[in-house]
Parts: sequence; structure tokens; C-alpha cells
Amino acid sequence: MTDTHDTRPHLPLGLAQRGYTGVIQHLSAKDTGSALSDIELESRLIELGFVEGARVEVLHEGLVGRDPIAVRVDNITIAVRRREAMAIIVA
Amino acid sequence: MEAPLLHLALVGTPNSGKTSLFNALTGSRQKVANYPGVTVERKEGFFVTPLGRQVSVVDLPGTYSLRGRSPDEEITRDFVLGKASGEATPDLVLCVADSTNLRLTIRLLLELKRTGRPMILVLNMFDIASRRGISVDVERLAKELGVPVVTSIAVRKGGTADLLNLTDEISAKLAAEPQENTWRALSVAELRATQREADRIITDCVSLPSRPDTWTARIDAVVLHPVGGLVVLAAILFVMFQAVFAWAQPLMELLNSGFDALGEFVHATLPAGLLQSFLQNGVISGVGSVIVFLPQIIIIFLFILLLEDFGYMARAAFLMDRIMGGAGLHGRAFIPLLSSFACAIPGIMATRVIDNKRDRLTTILIAPLMTCSARIPVYTLIISAFIPAKDVWGFINLQGLVMFGLYATGIVSALAVSFLIKFFMLRDYAPAPFMLELPDYKMPRLKSIAIGVTTRAKMFLHRAGTTIFSMMVLIWFLASFPQPPAGATEPAIDFSLAAIIGKAIEPLLAPVGFNWQIAVALIPGMAAREVAVAALGTVYAIEGGKEAAEQIGQVLATKWSLATALSMLAWYIFAPQCASTLAVIRRETGSWVWMATTFGYMLVLAYAASLVTYNVAVALGAG
Repeated sequence: MTDTHDTRPHLPLGLAQRGYTGVIQHLSAKDTGSALSDIELESRLIELGFVEGARVEVLHEGLVGRDPIAVRVDNITIAVRRREAMAIIVA
Repeated sequence: MEAPLLHLALVGTPNSGKTSLFNALTGSRQKVANYPGVTVERKEGFFVTPLGRQVSVVDLPGTYSLRGRSPDEEITRDFVLGKASGEATPDLVLCVADSTNLRLTIRLLLELKRTGRPMILVLNMFDIASRRGISVDVERLAKELGVPVVTSIAVRKGGTADLLNLTDEISAKLAAEPQENTWRALSVAELRATQREADRIITDCVSLPSRPDTWTARIDAVVLHPVGGLVVLAAILFVMFQAVFAWAQPLMELLNSGFDALGEFVHATLPAGLLQSFLQNGVISGVGSVIVFLPQIIIIFLFILLLEDFGYMARAAFLMDRIMGGAGLHGRAFIPLLSSFACAIPGIMATRVIDNKRDRLTTILIAPLMTCSARIPVYTLIISAFIPAKDVWGFINLQGLVMFGLYATGIVSALAVSFLIKFFMLRDYAPAPFMLELPDYKMPRLKSIAIGVTTRAKMFLHRAGTTIFSMMVLIWFLASFPQPPAGATEPAIDFSLAAIIGKAIEPLLAPVGFNWQIAVALIPGMAAREVAVAALGTVYAIEGGKEAAEQIGQVLATKWSLATALSMLAWYIFAPQCASTLAVIRRETGSWVWMATTFGYMLVLAYAASLVTYNVAVALGAG
């Protein structure tokens, strides 16, 4: 599933625009500025389905600072702030 | 010999339809309480299986894992592990899944399996999944998971029949196979591995349609639009407020006159004296003045549960997250604060949806600043007595404008206080993350909502019958003793402890323009804000008390200056004038300190606001 995306540049989901679609490459919870510890942030993201290989699409953005974002992760929708989404590396 | 009570526990992710399954299984045979020492709601229900086995089922708080990152999730973990104090270890765990969205639940189930508890996977909302073209190979899924799997449609009559039969089947051979608990908190790597395993099983057993739920996408295109979404939210709120204030009115008046008639009946039947006064003024009018708010409580919870069930609440939090974040509040604080416009008590109770402790605390501290419906009688009385009903700029009613100003001041102050709390008290603290599933929209299930509203109404009545009742007795005592000497012509309350206290604190209140009569009225107002209206009637010796509100207004207009009236309005925006709210804060925070903090800061704000209002008004010639 990741093959077609290998050539695209990697970017944190936290910087993605509305309408962006991609596949999760890996999680990198370090230095996101989140209030959670690295381990806690990573655990929570996994629990909400943000795992390697999952398809993501940025569906909606909030009004202020385009934050938070609503992300389709495979077949569910998760709302997350851009700060935490920085830990999700997509391509 | 009759078989012992079978203990079931419902576990599942948030939005899995756990609660509607719980309602379908137990109907109205439910008990709602708190787990000892924490403020997590404990919901237990009872039913009988087709083979006649008596079953107790506990609806555990929704969770994505057993890590226990909030008090709610800790309860779920401890309960399943049999470590919750005073709770029986569940004989059988029902892991409830939303059939349209299995990923997260299958991962949770794989983790749950390690606890060794006998388990059934319930594929709930199976009808919705079928309609969307999702097909599940139930037999294969059961084999892969090593757990019996059953489908259910909680909202349809007979939709849980398979589950009931399976429960009978399994409970018959339960004791035979005790299993060991090998659960421990998962590391990130294990978590990832279980999610991979879950995804593999789903790929093997579930075929997903190529078309996603188009309705949810269509509704979200409007409802989550950055600007359009806020317009929709405002419209929903507008309807909600209309409902709370306009639709509830006739019912409230009915209840009010009912209690008045009951009071009159007691007055007429019993001989004048202490018992008559206790029943009429203490019990009936006191508890009655609180029960009158039942229609509003029912309507607000009806809206909250409908929107919750529909799937809108998470969207509201999404829309408001950054806007409230500017004041240091979490998106999920929106609903509790909104409920506080009806009454701070359900609002503070609703803060349980905020899992971060400090965010929750901030929300609890500012919730009483939202203008609750109990302030309305006081505002209405003073506004109609002192503010002329004329139009300004041709079309805006001045009285309405003042009312709006009072509401707006409450909201702005709440945001300011929240900002200050974050800035000074919790400064070292970065904002909690906002991570929330936005579930697909679903038609609200009326039966489930009816059960939910009834449960809330019962809780409210129970509180009115206990906490508020005892407060009322205390306040009646203060206002009635000592008794006036024989032949006294002044109202009886002039001789009471309340008057003694009122006169003692009068010097303190003189700078804000309050006389001792106001000070006296503020004391019964502690039980419920609006009781101050009746109390003012009593101290100004007006026959008929509460129902003579118009008369009280006329008297006040001659006895108070405009400055005093405005000062009283300012006082009421902020004053911690509600013993029940303080009691709920004490219960929800588990600490007297936060209750005292709320009381203290609100009192300071009230005094400062009244002081400024009074002196500015006097300086402008309204003294």
C-alpha cells in the first residue's frame, strides 16, 4: 500500500492542508510541543488508529489558525490539534 | 437451588453504542450511583435471561485501552481485573463494537483477552453495517479472535435475542474454565503490534464497501465548515435556549402554582404556628422553588442527549476548541458551560467528559459564572421595577438590553477568570491535547434518550430531596428563630437569627449600597438564588410572598435607589449565591479547598462589581 507514496516527500500531518491525502509512514512523537510525554502521545495516536500504513485525508479545518483538523483515518474520523498531528509523518 | 446473580460488564470504545445496548438489555431497571471516592458514574442494570438466570450488568466508561489515563478509564480497567473496591469480578465481559468501525474495538478486545476474563464480542449496530454494505464473516472472526461473537441491533425489538441466548449458553459452563490474568500495561511496541494484528484479522474477516457513509460526509461539509459550521452551531444554541426558556415556562408556572396551592392548603388546614410555617415556608416553598426547574433540566438534557446520540457533540467541541482555547479552555468544556445556563449543577456534572484534571477544574470553577435560570426571577424583578420599558435607537427594548448585558457580563467574566487561572495558577502547564473521534451520524434512539432523561431527572429530584431539603430546613430555622415577642408588630423575620446576621453584616454591605433587608434576603437566597425574591417579600412585610412579585417590585421601587438596584444586579452576576452548586463542586472536585476557592473568588468579584456599580451610579446621580 505504501509503494505509490514512496516517492513523495515526507511531511508531518500537522502541516498538511485541507484535502491532503496520504499514507502514514511513521510516528515521531519527539519535540512536537504537545503537553503529553512522547510515549503517551504515541500510545494515544496508535489507540485512535494512527498506525503505519493507514490512509489519511484531511477533511476539515477549524476557523482559528486552521486548527484543529478532522482527519479521516482509514474508515473513521478523528479530530486532532495540529500540534499533536506533527507527530504523524505522512507521505 | 437458584443460580447466583450473574455479573456482566459492558466494555467498549466511546461511541460503540454501549449505552444503547445497556438500555436495550435492562430497560428502566437501572441504578445510577458513583464509584466510591471518585466522581465516575456507575451505571448498573438488571435483566433475566430466556432461561431465567438473574443478571446484573454494569455499563463501564468507554475506553480505547486498559492503560487507564483518566479516572473513568481506571475504573474500567480495575473493574475488568476485579480490582475495583467493593465490586464483584465480572463473570462475563461483553466487549461492544460498532460494526461499522471495528478497528479500534478489535485492538481493545485483543488487549482485554489477556485479562483471562470470559468474554463475548458483541457486534452492535449490525443493521447499519449491513445497510452500508459491510459484511462480516462472524464465524471466522470468532475463530481468529478465540472469542464468541454475536451480532446485535440494540435499537430494535428482539435485536439482542442472540446475545441473550449466548449468555445463557456460556454462563452454564463458566466455572469450568478459570483462566489466568496475564495483562499488564502495553508498551508502545506491543500496542502497535496488537493494532497490526487487529488490522490483519479485520482484513481477513470483514469486507468493507468502496463507498463510505455519504450522509456523514454531506452533513459534515456544512456542519464542520469553518464559518458555516459556527452559524449552524449558533442556530442550534438559539433553538435550545428558546426551548429552555419558552417551552419550559408553562410547565414551570404549573408546578409553581401547584406548590403554592399545596402551601395554601397546608396554611388553611393546619393551625398557625411552627409546624405550619415549617411545612409551608420551609419544606413546600423551599423544595418547591427548586423542583420548579425540573422542566428546564429535562429539556436541556433532552437536547444534550439528542445531539450526543446524533453525533453532533463531538463536532461542537471541534468547532469551539480553538475559540475557547484562546481563554485557556478545552473544546470539551463547551457543553458543560452551555448547560450551566440552565443550572450550574448539571453543567458541573457534565464536566466529567473532560479527561484532563486541570482543564476540568478550570471549567468547574467558572461554570457558576454562566447566568443560570435561577437568576432570572431576580433579574426580572429588579429590571421591571427600575429599568423603564422604553426603546433605544428605535427598536431595542431597554429592559431586554440590560438582560442581555447581564448575560454577556457573565460570559466575558468567565472567560477572563479562566484566562487568569491559566496565566497565574497553572502557568507551568501546556494545554491538554484535543483528540476526539468524530463518529458517523446516527438517528437518535428515542427509547434510549427517554431512559437517559429520566435517569437525570431522578438524580435531580433526589438531590432536591436531600441536600436542598436540609439547606432549606437550616435557612427556615435561621429565618424563624428566635420567635418574635408577643404583640410585636414588625414582621417575624426582624427578630430572627437571619436578621441578626443581616444587621451584623450590614456595615460590610453598606459601601455597595445594600441595606440590612437585602442582607437578610441574601441568606435564604443561598439555598436557591430565586428564593431571595420571596425573602425580600417577607422582610418588606408583603402579604402573599412569592406570587406577589409585581407588588414586591412596586415596593422596591420606592425603597431602593436606582444605584442600589444596579448594584444588586451586579452582585447577582458574580455572587456565590447557591449552596447546592457549592455542594456539587465539593463533590465533583473531591475537595473542600476548591469549593472554598470558588466561594472566595466569586464573593470578591461580586463585592468589587457591586462597589464599582454603586459608586459610579451614585456619582452619576442615581443615588
